[in-house]
Amino acid sequence: MSNSKLTRRGLIKTGAVAGAAGLTLPTYLRADAHAGYLNAPQGDTVTLGFNVPQSGPYADEGADELRAYELAVEHLNGGGDGGMMNTFTSKALQGNGILGKKVEYVTGDTQTKSDAARASAKSMIEKDGAVMITGGSSSGVAVAVQALCQEAGVIFMAGLTHSNDTTGKDRRANGFRHFFNSYMSGAALAPVLKNAYGSDRKAYHLTADYNWGYTTEEAVKSSTEAMGWETVAAVKTPLTQTDFSSYIAPVLQSGADTLVLNHYGGNMVNSLTNAVQFGLRDKQVNGKDFQIIVPLYSRLMAKGAGANVKGIFGSTNWHWSLTDEGSKAFVQSFGTKYGFPPSQAAHTCYVQALLYADACERAGTFNPCGVVEALEGFEFDGMGNGKTLYRADDHQCFKDVLVVKGKENPTSEFDLLEIVEVTPVEQVTYAPDHPQFAGGSLGTCNPGA
Amino acid sequence: MDAIILQILNGLDKGSAYALIALGLTLIFGTLGVVNFAHGALFMIGAFCAVTLSRILTLSHTVIDETQKDFLGNPLKVDVPYIYDIFGQATGDAIIDWAVPISILFAIPVMVGIGFAMERGLIKHFYKRPHADQILVTFGLAIVLQEIIKYFYGANPIPTPAPDAFRGSFDFGAMLGFDPNTIIYPYWRLVYFAFAAVIIGAVFAFLQFTTFGMVVRAGMADRETVGLLGINIDKRFTIMFGIAAAVAGLAGVMYTPINSPNYHMGMDFLVLSFVVVVVGGMGSLSGAVLAGFLLGILESFASMAIVLETLPGINQIIIYLVAIIILLTRPRGLMGRKGVMEE
Repeated sequence: MSNSKLTRRGLIKTGAVAGAAGLTLPTYLRADAHAGYLNAPQGDTVTLGFNVPQSGPYADEGADELRAYELAVEHLNGGGDGGMMNTFTSKALQGNGILGKKVEYVTGDTQTKSDAARASAKSMIEKDGAVMITGGSSSGVAVAVQALCQEAGVIFMAGLTHSNDTTGKDRRANGFRHFFNSYMSGAALAPVLKNAYGSDRKAYHLTADYNWGYTTEEAVKSSTEAMGWETVAAVKTPLTQTDFSSYIAPVLQSGADTLVLNHYGGNMVNSLTNAVQFGLRDKQVNGKDFQIIVPLYSRLMAKGAGANVKGIFGSTNWHWSLTDEGSKAFVQSFGTKYGFPPSQAAHTCYVQALLYADACERAGTFNPCGVVEALEGFEFDGMGNGKTLYRADDHQCFKDVLVVKGKENPTSEFDLLEIVEVTPVEQVTYAPDHPQFAGGSLGTCNPGA
Repeated sequence: MDAIILQILNGLDKGSAYALIALGLTLIFGTLGVVNFAHGALFMIGAFCAVTLSRILTLSHTVIDETQKDFLGNPLKVDVPYIYDIFGQATGDAIIDWAVPISILFAIPVMVGIGFAMERGLIKHFYKRPHADQILVTFGLAIVLQEIIKYFYGANPIPTPAPDAFRGSFDFGAMLGFDPNTIIYPYWRLVYFAFAAVIIGAVFAFLQFTTFGMVVRAGMADRETVGLLGINIDKRFTIMFGIAAAVAGLAGVMYTPINSPNYHMGMDFLVLSFVVVVVGGMGSLSGAVLAGFLLGILESFASMAIVLETLPGINQIIIYLVAIIILLTRPRGLMGRKGVMEE
């Protein structure tokens, strides 16, 4: 038997409270039920969230990512010269926004810190109603934001993230990566290194002590050992280290004739500068010239290292000097708008924005599950890396990888790297259950409603 | 043995930077009683003096080279430094090559000026406030300064190489009878160590052998009595603040070829330098120098592969571990004076 007495006044009060609660609830918690997914665009606009480092050590890279996103939005809305939309093999994009809705965007500052990146992504999803989050310049951030987007129920189009884990043990159904990864760097570099330096080398690894460093070290070690190199030592260096002299000084004593710097950003600039200062490149060990290798190059970082990068091999996802039609179109658009060529971070972010928009058009919806379906197994060309596949098993793009070398005689401050080889995609493709990517599962897509 | 010698050498240049920064910190604390958390920012600004002078020396006008194309396919715009027009290319290149050492002359007046402005404009208002207030305001100032530098120079490190004559390394091992390449040490780091030794020696000589220095030392020991003698000790302390800023700035200038400067480099050194000051003994100039070199060398030893295999992560905590041990056994630090920060 119930004692409750529902009065008219009580009903009105309850309704008022419930209504108020509904109005004040974050967008995240009041998904548009009839749309069937979170943050379904209302009216004639759709909001995308660009989550890039606007402060902190990667702020310059973040600024370039943001420029690329703004250019992508301009092209999607029918402005500018259309850039890669003209060369993209899919012709679903018409320059009238996405699904007829004008593209608007909000930005967040990742600060290259996982917690800050999650907070800014959460804010863009809950307060601004962003239907997709993209960007970033760190694997730690990418993995953290990808997990958040999976929980919230929006798509995450990763920016610059190179760790195997992003599409390996930490892969998620709502997350997609266009950028290449550590395994691909190792697989692309090994044959070039064998040709240049032979198959009898003793390598000494200095590795940044975090997720990306570990996977890069593992990838380069396994691919170089497979061709006959010996790994003499692998030493972890703190991420906050600025002076690497005490780590570099023992390298020659170890009998190594090759130093592999599994460092990125400021770490790479400083460790490479220190290694060159110590004269390692002028030495002969085991009857061979001492060599240094930087598995992941970035033009912006190479600029920080100055002349020290000359002649040093590394890999990169894309470079502005590529001569395919897609790259030329993008460089033309970006260069005309901003006055300098785009970085690889800018390229991958621009491409990700267009790929997302194209997937929505082909799916006919912004529903994340529809977008996932449209992107899984999607093959395309005309975006600067040749024929590319968004593999359904892990949401990793498979495409050609560039092996580059620091240029001996640069003609400008942008002309720092030269392409040594375009490694074909077959050579960098691996099985979805490869040990370096084990332990993860995509799960199922989450539309958030 | 060769590994030990190598790490001692490595510790010397790192210790030189710690010692120079800690020396300035101690000068300011000893004279003005201010805990200056903006001192690392002064080190960073000094480094950017070198960057600025490099940019001034390479100020250029543009010449169109029709034979080359830029990334958009237009004729290449080639920058020609004005200094070529004034001195000719060979002399111009030599001057640009020596930009870092020349920056010393540029940095001294700039840093002294910044020191004066900082002391007169902000810090003097906090002399009678608790140390916590001083720490908060100077730490805030440090953040403001580094954000200003980031705004103008960007977040990426900026390469500022040493002159060609000092690139490469010296084979100490061969000189000492070890195998070649076992103990190598970059020339510029030797220069840095020698430079630090000269600066430290000059500061000590200035305080020890000049009338000005004698008054300052007297003021550090008993400010009130010196004031009663009719000496304007405040004015001298302000000058000492300027000198301390210049010492930090010069440490930064000469550090630029070792690590490409970036806006955050001051913060990287600040906390360690404070540990150095505390370990050396608050207010003790010789303690700051001794602790600087000691902790620099210990940090180098802790980074050895064999040490890391035995004690993983020790490289990240060694300085703090040593600080705890020293403060437990000698609460005033290695050479601390009685009564300083003990009220």
